[in-house]
Amino acid sequence: MSTTVARGGDGPDAAKLALTPSQTVGPYLAIGLTWADGPEIATAGLPGAFLLRGTLRDGAGDPVPDGMLEIWQADPDGRFDHPDDPRGAVVVPGFRGYGRCLTDTEGRFWFRTVKPGQVPDGDGGAQAPHLDVTVMARGLLDRLVTRIYFADEEPANAEDPVLRSLPEEVRGTLLARPAEGGYVFDVVLQGEGETAFFRL
Amino acid sequence: MSSTPSTAQSSPQGPPTGSPRGPVPGPQRRDGGAGPRLLVLRRYEDVPAGAHPPHDFPDYRSTVLRHPLRAPFDLPQRLTEVTGPVLDDRRPAVHDDDLTRQHEGEPIGQRIVVHGRVLDSDGRAVPDALVEVWQANAGGRYRHDLDRWPSPVDPNFSGVGRTTTDGEGRYRFTTIMPGAYPWRNHPNAWRPAHIHFSLFGRAFTQRLVTQMYFPDDSLFAQDPMIRSIPDPKGVQRLVSRFDWNATEPDWALGYEWDIVLRGDAATPFEDPDHEEDHA
Repeated sequence: MSTTVARGGDGPDAAKLALTPSQTVGPYLAIGLTWADGPEIATAGLPGAFLLRGTLRDGAGDPVPDGMLEIWQADPDGRFDHPDDPRGAVVVPGFRGYGRCLTDTEGRFWFRTVKPGQVPDGDGGAQAPHLDVTVMARGLLDRLVTRIYFADEEPANAEDPVLRSLPEEVRGTLLARPAEGGYVFDVVLQGEGETAFFRL
Repeated sequence: MSSTPSTAQSSPQGPPTGSPRGPVPGPQRRDGGAGPRLLVLRRYEDVPAGAHPPHDFPDYRSTVLRHPLRAPFDLPQRLTEVTGPVLDDRRPAVHDDDLTRQHEGEPIGQRIVVHGRVLDSDGRAVPDALVEVWQANAGGRYRHDLDRWPSPVDPNFSGVGRTTTDGEGRYRFTTIMPGAYPWRNHPNAWRPAHIHFSLFGRAFTQRLVTQMYFPDDSLFAQDPMIRSIPDPKGVQRLVSRFDWNATEPDWALGYEWDIVLRGDAATPFEDPDHEEDHA
């Protein structure tokens, strides 16, 4: 067994190993985390591929130039290439499901992807098409988690259990809006228009 | 293994792995005529209070304008959260795990081996996990355009590496000891020597980026990042251990550091509707 980790000594989780704490990516994340093809969740040739663009902003409204967004999403049929999907793993050529994009000096990020299908909610219902998002940056000691939905999926959004669980006034912060070439979705870390973030 | 339920209760038509587009059940409605279609999913433990730093930690000045003001909403774990990228195309290339051999010459500095295991909190190995690292050179300088403090760049050191854990969750890098460096957070602020680690684990839920430190660093006491961890024992979980057994004679000092990601929830079969009530 390990020599640098220990069982939690107290409380109901005494049988568990204690989690390794998070730390910030710091200001120089770009040297370690840049992938040339990072934003390419889907290849340009995949039917339905579009660009999702946005800007990451702080509580003063200033762009965050040292941040990163990561996306994980289902394929157009709502399936995952993963062994823990009980429906079976599905591979779609040209589709990775995952992307990462470092923000540029103007706080901008982009992804090329396709709209995911609806994903079962595990309880007999369906979730609206959504992307799971991780936000990291200098100044974020732990990641932030949010979801991107699509403003043009109104009927599905109205039935989505996660959106429905949110106060109505913040649901709009999770909607990507149609724009030329695809969709636009901005992330606001703090203050007016603050994006809804999740505890996962 | 028994603790990773991945059987469909009522989705018999799942295609075999590798099928490009299998038959896909349409969106299932609660009031649909086919009856309930329940999916039994793996469920990860909730993060214990204090395990990770808060987003609002003013001693680290960059958090002031970057932490959300609104409390986070609960996101129950469903399919998207308990799956994650497989990343088969990210297999490390030669020397990706040896940061001392990525250039024509050798970098200046104390050569070290950093190794350990990636585990989940149940003590199980996390195999085939991508581990990415980045760090400053021996003089504390990052190879980044915005790092301009007067310490030299080492032309033989990029400070970037990657590897994949083996079947027992083990990883191993050869690199040089990073130097401390000054920053502007507070008067005469210096970051303790550290290596940034990025880990995927198996699921979106397990994603972690953190920093590994070295034993007995005198700079810990004034470093807000390492002091941001609420659990007083948490600091030690980021500090590697000098490892004489991993130390290579006439070559490199050894350090060992294990990384623990979220394991299974205590009761993975519990009704998720009830789990949503947990903080």
